[in-house]
Amino acid sequence: MARVIPGVGVGGGTAEGPVARMAAPRLPPPPRAVPPEEAPAEAAAVRAALRDVAATLERRAAPLTGAAAEVLEAQVMMVNDPALADLAEAEVRAGSDGTRALTAAFGSFRAALEAAGGLFAERVADLDDLRDRAVAALLGLPVPGLPSPGHPHVLVATDLAPADTALLDPEQVLALVTEEGGPTGHTAILARGLGVPAVVACPGASELTEGQRVLVDGGAGTVEPDPAPARVAEAAARERQRRRTATALSGPGRTAEGHRVALLVNVGAPRELRAAAEADSEGVGLFRTEFLFLDRAQAPSVEEQTAAYARVFAAFAGRRVVVRTLDAGADKPLPFATAPDEPNPALGVRGLRTATRDPGLLDDQLTALARAAEANTAEVWVMAPMVSLPAEAAAFAARARAYGLPTAGAMVEVPAAALRAELLAADCDFLSIGTNDLAQYTFAADRTLGGLAELLDPWQPALLDLVHRTATAAGRLGRPVGVCGEAAADPALALVLTGLGVTSLSAAPAALPGLRAALAGHTLSDCRELAEAARTAPDAATARHHVHAALG
Amino acid sequence: MPQRTVAIGAAGGLHARPAALLVQAAANQPVPVTLAREGGDPVDARSLLSVLALGAGHGERVVLAAEGEGAEAAVEALAALVAAGDE
Repeated sequence: MARVIPGVGVGGGTAEGPVARMAAPRLPPPPRAVPPEEAPAEAAAVRAALRDVAATLERRAAPLTGAAAEVLEAQVMMVNDPALADLAEAEVRAGSDGTRALTAAFGSFRAALEAAGGLFAERVADLDDLRDRAVAALLGLPVPGLPSPGHPHVLVATDLAPADTALLDPEQVLALVTEEGGPTGHTAILARGLGVPAVVACPGASELTEGQRVLVDGGAGTVEPDPAPARVAEAAARERQRRRTATALSGPGRTAEGHRVALLVNVGAPRELRAAAEADSEGVGLFRTEFLFLDRAQAPSVEEQTAAYARVFAAFAGRRVVVRTLDAGADKPLPFATAPDEPNPALGVRGLRTATRDPGLLDDQLTALARAAEANTAEVWVMAPMVSLPAEAAAFAARARAYGLPTAGAMVEVPAAALRAELLAADCDFLSIGTNDLAQYTFAADRTLGGLAELLDPWQPALLDLVHRTATAAGRLGRPVGVCGEAAADPALALVLTGLGVTSLSAAPAALPGLRAALAGHTLSDCRELAEAARTAPDAATARHHVHAALG
Repeated sequence: MPQRTVAIGAAGGLHARPAALLVQAAANQPVPVTLAREGGDPVDARSLLSVLALGAGHGERVVLAAEGEGAEAAVEALAALVAAGDE
């Protein structure tokens, strides 16, 4: 049996290709004393490193025009700056090694820019990047940042920053493997969005070397180094089959015998709207409205909100759009809605709780939603985030209906809400389970910490129990219950959720074909068996293993 | 020593393109030209990082100075650039 490196699979599918590693930001080497007789050579090496960086950036700027070229040219001027090289040389002559001399020289300008503030302070990131490049050139190490080997590759990294993931080229990246990160982290979300297989929380990936061929299985969560040709061929055949099945089907989600499970997309930013609307879906299961509110000092006006909502409703004419009202607080602080001094924002005044302190925000939002809904044919549902008590859900639903929004629901993200789901469902028209936050609050595990990936694993049987409880309670009252967390994007887990009683799945557009194919291949009673096997497993890994084994 | 005090014309201050244009022009002068905030320490106008590090905003006054043959013309040329608004 070939050796495989285990991790947590996301995105499904398999891919094979050469590794391109993202150079980890490394700790500087320990300080080294430079005796006076070696100082001239060290100073020359520092100057050569700066020239190296300038030459690389000049080459990169050459084919460019306009703003992109100007940015690189300004960087070239900075790294060529005679004052910078003089300062670094003075540091070397005073006994510093090259790494420290460069760090100190860049550091003195960095401090001045930071002190100047405003536009000047924005250049600090450029300086840091140039410093890292110069130090890497001096030490003969790869430059930190996304690799661009010039051919399709499997990107391997310690973890990816959101800034890195934004720059990924889906034509070049065959698969993602990260040592850290969890199944609900941004790497996983990005992988699903791009439709590439990924394995996260894979500490063994640290041993993979540049150019080494690997077989990545995003379903099983494994990375196989140096796979045998037969294994690669077999995986490729399976992948072709998977894609064929996935694209052969269309239309509403249904199990083999026709039990309906609505397939919906998540929408969070205007730029996602087109792809989301073009996807074969029954509508939007989670329309995040925060994009309208972020990065501004004051809440947008009712008119501005109405126009923005109307654009989304028009794109989904005739389809369902489930709108989540403003979910401010925690990782999305807003100056006008968030208290700046909460010691623990994830447990603070966030989501619907902000509406208690500032009812005007929610009133404006509901007014705008009702106006936009009236002018469009989309079937608009509204739901409140971070509901903990049945009374909160009832008050929200009453308020939404008073504004002329007839279908109002509550999100189930807090264990207390799941434990009282029957009371929530009684006052609402539907429930929607946010598995990412529900996992965070059930396991007392900050969802932004990669080190807690195991606790945040959506396969955790305790989490599935809460989903089961919520879906059963809602089902008894005939209320739809959806899942809009990352859990809904995993085809195997989607079958489990269906078996637990969930009636809609909302995910990134790229995930829908896989979900549709998985549902079509199984009956509701298959799903119930899988759900039972997962829910009664002793841990997440066993739950996943049982279900994958049963699926073959 | 020839010197001139001028207010910065560019809306964003001595930043980005205006700073780069000044630094390039300074490098083309026959003599080194220095730039300082009024009452501050002068820096080499050929150093983009030093010029940026002044953090000089729109309307703030800076002092240009040079010495040697051609100093007068150099200071005049750079002063005109600093005083100019955005194109």
